[in-house]
Amino acid sequence: MALRSPLGRVRGLGSAKEGVNHFWHQRLTAVALVPLSIWFVVSVVSLAGADFATYHAWIALPGNTTLMILLIAMVFYHGALGVQVVLEDYVHNEATKLVSLIVMKFAALLLAVFSAVAVLRVAFAGG
Amino acid sequence: MAARARPLSPHLQVYRLPLVAIMSITHRITGLGLAIGTILLAVWLGGGAYSPKAYAAVSGFLGSWLGYLLLFGWSVALYFHLCNGIRHLFWDVGKGFELPDARRANGIVLVSTVVLTAATWIAVVAR
Repeated sequence: MALRSPLGRVRGLGSAKEGVNHFWHQRLTAVALVPLSIWFVVSVVSLAGADFATYHAWIALPGNTTLMILLIAMVFYHGALGVQVVLEDYVHNEATKLVSLIVMKFAALLLAVFSAVAVLRVAFAGG
Repeated sequence: MAARARPLSPHLQVYRLPLVAIMSITHRITGLGLAIGTILLAVWLGGGAYSPKAYAAVSGFLGSWLGYLLLFGWSVALYFHLCNGIRHLFWDVGKGFELPDARRANGIVLVSTVVLTAATWIAVVAR
């Protein structure tokens, strides 16, 4: 058993070079989501009460398909990074924390892929 | 070494949170709410990809009073998180920490949230 403190053991090794990754990605996705979320709200308002055919015609426009795919990628990544911090801050039991983080990340990935497939299917196959 | 109860500061139960701190925790709460709300985004896009019947079911739910209540809550949370998030980005580059700046930003964020939410729902009703 090492008698050295955790700090003593890592001192002098340099950083892991990924310390700011989480912070930076959260900020990058946040910046991307400023215009994307405004576009999304304007779109949803313009689509309020739209029928199936109107929705299909709208989502199949290349610009809308592109922005929706980007929104999906940014929203679910930004959301997963955010919820990760909340879980890390408030779940104190290590096992529960690990399991909840895994479940949350998998759920975010599942919803993101499902949403993207739903958009692309309508765009390319007409639904 | 006996563990002695040590003073904690600021202690959440006796410390009156300043507005900027309340907005900080609200940022986290709205973020969590928005993350849960992405399930609705996936359901909406999924309904649009499955069938006219599925799309009508999702539209019907969103057009119900419960759907409108969720959408209203979502719009408030989104605008607050968006406006306060932009302020966090200013903080990230080291701007806006002085007390008068922080107070002014509080006002800008809260007024923008109300104005944007009102404008959005006026646009929905006007359609």
